[in-house]
Amino acid sequence: MKEYQDLRLTVASSPHVKSPVGTRALMLDVLIALIPALGMGVYFFGPRALALTAVSVLGCELFEGLSRAVLKRPQSGGDLSAAVTGVLLAFVCPVGMPFWTILIGDFFAIVIVKQLFGGLGRNFLNPALAGRAFLALSYAASLTGWVKPGTKHWIEIGQTGADVVSSATPMADLQRGFLPWLGSSAATLRDMFYGNVGGCIGEVSALALLLGGAYLVFRGVIHPRVPLAYLGTVAAVSYLLPRGHEPVEWMLCQLLGGGLLLGAFFMATDYVTSPCTPLGGWFFGIGCGLLTLFLRAYGGSAEGVSYAILLMNLCAPVLEKFTQPRRFGGRTERKKTGKEGGAA
Amino acid sequence: MQRPFFGGVHPAEHKDLTEHKAAEPLSKAPGQVVIPMAMHVGAPCDPVVAEGDGVKVGQLIGQPKGLGAPIHASVSGKVAAVEERPYGGGGKMLSVVIDNDFQDTPCPERKGRGNLAGLSGTEILSIVEKAGITGMGGAGFPTQVKLSGAVGKVDTLILNGAECEPYITADHRLMVERGEAVVEGARLMARAVKAKKTLIAVENNKPDAIENLKALAGEDVQVQVLKVRYPQGAEKQLIQTLTGRQIPPGKLPVDVNCLVCNVATAAAVWEAAAEGKALTRRRVTVTGGALTKPMNVIVPIGTPVSWLIKLAGGFQEEPDRILLGGPMMGTPLYDLDVPVMKSTNCVLCLTRDEVGREDPAQACIRCGKCMEVCPMKLVPLFLRMNAEKRRWEETERLHVMDCIECGSCNYICPGRLPLVQSIRTAKFAVREAAKREEGKGL
Repeated sequence: MKEYQDLRLTVASSPHVKSPVGTRALMLDVLIALIPALGMGVYFFGPRALALTAVSVLGCELFEGLSRAVLKRPQSGGDLSAAVTGVLLAFVCPVGMPFWTILIGDFFAIVIVKQLFGGLGRNFLNPALAGRAFLALSYAASLTGWVKPGTKHWIEIGQTGADVVSSATPMADLQRGFLPWLGSSAATLRDMFYGNVGGCIGEVSALALLLGGAYLVFRGVIHPRVPLAYLGTVAAVSYLLPRGHEPVEWMLCQLLGGGLLLGAFFMATDYVTSPCTPLGGWFFGIGCGLLTLFLRAYGGSAEGVSYAILLMNLCAPVLEKFTQPRRFGGRTERKKTGKEGGAA
Repeated sequence: MQRPFFGGVHPAEHKDLTEHKAAEPLSKAPGQVVIPMAMHVGAPCDPVVAEGDGVKVGQLIGQPKGLGAPIHASVSGKVAAVEERPYGGGGKMLSVVIDNDFQDTPCPERKGRGNLAGLSGTEILSIVEKAGITGMGGAGFPTQVKLSGAVGKVDTLILNGAECEPYITADHRLMVERGEAVVEGARLMARAVKAKKTLIAVENNKPDAIENLKALAGEDVQVQVLKVRYPQGAEKQLIQTLTGRQIPPGKLPVDVNCLVCNVATAAAVWEAAAEGKALTRRRVTVTGGALTKPMNVIVPIGTPVSWLIKLAGGFQEEPDRILLGGPMMGTPLYDLDVPVMKSTNCVLCLTRDEVGREDPAQACIRCGKCMEVCPMKLVPLFLRMNAEKRRWEETERLHVMDCIECGSCNYICPGRLPLVQSIRTAKFAVREAAKREEGKGL
């Protein structure tokens, strides 16, 4: 062993130990939590669901690496945040989307929304949802070409084939004011719970998403306040305003249908674009719930989750500013000169 | 009824390295001790011995001027030098260096008081002052000053045996081995400040200490078992947990009628009263994955850290850093000749694996975990954001000065951001700005 005077000792200020859970571990947990939903997506829509998700992940990681190289930033590879974006973007697209289209979505999500605003932690919109919104504007047809579940697809799907059942999703029925099992989708609550309905790859199976969400809460990756506030608001309001239906049935359809559970557990909880203050999180979730129901009832498309979350993303800094925690041992007294709040 | 304090984290405890190892006196005393003249909050003491003087154990060698506590020789022998030496506070400090004659001749003036029950509050305070007792938990505030300021203003005396920092087991062993000194010391302190009740707070990872203390405690002294959570032993958090009271910003425990002292301080008070001992020895945990034989020891104040490392079998693995104190708030050393001080509870030799890979600082993903764990309910991510932009006034408005620098935010941050470091920089800048303001006013 070396003599004392030969030791090279690190002199750094405290603390000297760190939690083993870094960004990469958190992102890995999110990916793990998404596996059940992917499994159900593949089960109902065939292997193409897996292929599309894989292409999206590779696309996101590639664009992340390239854009950071062009922007002369150190490579952030390995933090897996781009992979999460890739999976989520694929999950909010129908299985029939062409591969090149989803790559355009990946490009928009990673390069425009994330890296051009400063990279991880600086984007003000959820990249996956912004990517989807971009595709919805530019390639609307490929985002509404719903495929009947249970018809297994391999790699290619004809956009106009008999398998494409545009607009026959539970959400479309709900928007027209029908319960799905009485509407054109003929989906039962049981179908919606397991995922045997038309819709996007990762959103159809409520069961899988609840499992994934529970995993995230159990692992401490997310705090349950945002999903609770979001789902609670949707449940309460749809129960109180059932549009002439049996309230519980209407409420369950709203909860299980569309992208709500995927949004509530995996997108509204996005650290970067939701308020980090606890109280702000509650308000954020409530706002998402109200906007979702409003857009579902009155919006231009049948589903409102993605725009509801994007709109609330824009409100996050303000919510954060007005929901700063009260400090230990006293009220947050307002100084005469200062403005209230703290988020920069 | 206990209420959990806000936030907190639970780092790996690593107390198993030493928790069942009894604290023994050093198997081999050091040939020389270096006693710094500042081991307390306040001004350094004036040395009252000179080179060549003979000294005995417990003999006064440093006289306080202003806020401070007297300092005594920890070994008998001859003063080798009175000069500046490196010390754990960083930099150098005027120190009395004593060559040990290995006789441990006690100082004849120091005698115990037979009848402890008959001691008045004032007598107790005077004993504490003369014994040079300072807070042994870390900060090192002169105990007599702390007690005097609290006389009649305190309903609850809290003895801090939480020992919430990972690795450290010195207080744990003290509570197991010298429970009666702790409890009796607590009774003396309670009498001195006229406290109505005394609580001894121990985290539930020390069941043997809890059992031992419970057997000795009674109506007046109660043992409170706390859930393991860092920083449970921080003064404000301990008071919050036990009484529900929150010390307002800028105020002291006395302002919420509490007084918090370390268990080792209480034991030192008892030793001073019953045995006439000055504070010249203390329990130290010498531990860490880099050491061959981690141990608990009772060492004379002034023993060099390098000596303790040698007695712990030296290194089995190259240390990445060596700390005085625990891994969450300890001070790193760059010179191993620095001595053990009155407030030194641990010498910690961490390997690279224990410290963890030094990730280059990554990005803030705004997960808010730093806010969730902050026991002072601050917003570390915004403090850092503003500090990086040198917006010091903004950090002050976000109550940066409330930060107790416990390091919980830093520990939890998945982006590995140096949050506490940014906050320290901001606190420094705010203090400097305040000084400048004061200067203008004059």
